[in-house]
Amino acid sequence: MENNLIVSVSPHVHGKRTTFNVMLDVCIALMPAAIAGCAIFGLKAAILCAVCVASCVVFEFLFTKLCHRRTTVGDFSAVVTGLLLAMNVPATLPIWQAVVGSFIAIIIVKCLFGGLGCNFANPAITARVVMLIAFTGTMAAAVPPMAIAETVDVATYATPLSVLPGGTLPEATLMDMFLGIRGGALGETSAAALLLGFVYLLVRKVITWHTPVVFIGAVFALAFAITGDMTTALYYTLSGGTFIGAIFMATDYVTSPSTAKGKIVFALGCAVITTLIRFFGSYPEGVSFSILFMNILNPYIDKWTMKKPFGGVKA
Amino acid sequence: MSFFGIKGVHVPHRKHTADCHPERMPIPKTVVIPMAQHIGAPAKPVVNVGDTVGVGQVIGEAVGFISAPVHASVSGTVKKIDTMPNSNGGTMTAITIESDGEMRAHESVVPPTVTNYEEFVAAVRASGIVGLGGAGFPTFVKLSVKDLSQVQEVVLNGAECEPYITADTLTMTDRADDIFEGIQLLEKYLGVKKVIIGIEDNKPQAIKAMQELSKKDSAIVVKPMPAAYPQGGEKVLIYNTTGKTVPEGKLPLDVGCIVMNVTTLACIAEYVRTGMPLVEKCLTVDGSAVATPKNVIAPIGTSMKDVFDFCGGFKEEPRKVMYGGPMMGIAVPTLEEPILKNTNAILAFNDKDATLPDETPCIRCGNCINHCPLNLNPPAIAKALASGEGAEIAKTKVNICMECGACVFVCPAHRMIVHRNKLAKAELRAYQTKLAEQKKKEEENK
Repeated sequence: MENNLIVSVSPHVHGKRTTFNVMLDVCIALMPAAIAGCAIFGLKAAILCAVCVASCVVFEFLFTKLCHRRTTVGDFSAVVTGLLLAMNVPATLPIWQAVVGSFIAIIIVKCLFGGLGCNFANPAITARVVMLIAFTGTMAAAVPPMAIAETVDVATYATPLSVLPGGTLPEATLMDMFLGIRGGALGETSAAALLLGFVYLLVRKVITWHTPVVFIGAVFALAFAITGDMTTALYYTLSGGTFIGAIFMATDYVTSPSTAKGKIVFALGCAVITTLIRFFGSYPEGVSFSILFMNILNPYIDKWTMKKPFGGVKA
Repeated sequence: MSFFGIKGVHVPHRKHTADCHPERMPIPKTVVIPMAQHIGAPAKPVVNVGDTVGVGQVIGEAVGFISAPVHASVSGTVKKIDTMPNSNGGTMTAITIESDGEMRAHESVVPPTVTNYEEFVAAVRASGIVGLGGAGFPTFVKLSVKDLSQVQEVVLNGAECEPYITADTLTMTDRADDIFEGIQLLEKYLGVKKVIIGIEDNKPQAIKAMQELSKKDSAIVVKPMPAAYPQGGEKVLIYNTTGKTVPEGKLPLDVGCIVMNVTTLACIAEYVRTGMPLVEKCLTVDGSAVATPKNVIAPIGTSMKDVFDFCGGFKEEPRKVMYGGPMMGIAVPTLEEPILKNTNAILAFNDKDATLPDETPCIRCGNCINHCPLNLNPPAIAKALASGEGAEIAKTKVNICMECGACVFVCPAHRMIVHRNKLAKAELRAYQTKLAEQKKKEEENK
């Protein structure tokens, strides 16, 4: 019995949080948006979700096997990446392109940089940006929601963000915009569903309010400052990927700052770049680019906004 | 720093023994009394094998300023004086006494004459009392103040923020009179004008008992604090009770505070009254493997095994046994380890509680950074440690880390942060020694 005692360094109790249950919480928080996406865009959306999740998990599993590393599939982080990737593509995206996207996210952005915790950019966002450039036709497709697909001419259907700069308001009402009855990527349209996920993440203390509130708030404020019109500003805020970006992508632990101060700086940066691209860039949407750009700046923001050690004197 | 004071981590309380009034255990057959039970130079044995000793007799003499005498905790015969492994991985000298079962007090045990400040400090030194909250810093050193006007307030630590431990709570409820006497001694001999007692609000009975004292003496202020670990950390306690920040490398006295554990003060009062030095300790015995958790008064030097046996032994096979609470406790390799002056709890965990999850990759969630009571950045410390550069480690200020373990508790990846911080501190010390030597050489060459 004597020699059966474990001697280890303190502390000898741990909290209940594990990487797995953090990831699981993110998946649960994404469920309303995924369900909304399927309801809005139909079966195609559900299939895409399944394909992205499955291919991300398989890619990660194969990579770790190939490199003789302990497989990290069990921590659910690949599931989160797959789900987020699916949320970020239009429902009509060909399956093979979704698989390519998963490959970029998992193998290139995550695994090649050292796996979980070592990637410098958000895998799903990077994959979205790469796909947007590589498969512009299918990625930028304006997919009308099922509810209006029969009444509009699909060939000329435009997403709200592509008509807004012209000075005209989209056909969708603000309520439609809030619920997600509009064109866009399959998981990004329903602000209502995404907000539900946000509340869940807040309650579970997976994320803090700073990034999403500052990001969305600043996008609205900037749009209002530029257009001078409340309604147009609201349309801008509810368009594109503002909500999914602010709630799920800009809050990614690995690629965003740790402190509250850092999160606010990061979110402000995202909002400014998003707005600049939307109003002055050649792409109608800038959320993905802005987050990717801020991901790159993240180490510096993190460094500048770190807390000062208690009672620390300068070395 | 936050306007609301330093926040902490919500660790489970598990204060199962909060209502278990201390039980005195039967006299053990033998006690093993180490000479190093305090921070500073170990005491020097002053008895020989075969000597007959009485309770309270000095068996180890203090050597140097930062040191404390050690006393026999049972009456009997000195059987052995040898070295044994200590819980830090080194070795220490210990005196084994075989008890004669009589607990006969030694003739030197008479109340000390205390009429002024110098005599008071000398009495505290002779009592062998050290910081009983866990640190084991010789108490008289804290009280040795050059200029008494420097002392603005005494902060009594009744936070007891570690899970399981209730020994201090019971000191506050059962020995409130001793604490009151102790406070009066501090007022009389140190001229203390203000005494703040910091207690976590999960101990209403202790808060109530101490508030009774404040009715008798307006200098006493009871400060309930939110139960958020580590309220009992010295710097955290000072900040949350007085709003003062102890700078890096400075002592509480530098900001006008003396911090003392409530039990330490009660023991000082008892010594001044009776002359019986610190020879026994009230400790909490708990953990999932212990049959009947309770608070036990045990002679110092009693083996853990004897104490666990007194608590009905084990209901499950113990897989991890430790001194102190689960957040900062030191796991021990055998049950032969003795109860020390600063042992406030011994815990035994079953297999389920003893085995912790493996480390997984850091996901940079920032929990450790946002929960560190001293605003340190554990990932940066780990990075600096991996770089092996002393200068990089120095920048992280890992030297102020108190190893409270809050960071590990909140880490979803179960990173061994305290372990790395300990390593980083050791590297930093080595680096600073090297720097000092280099500087000395350069000066010599000039």
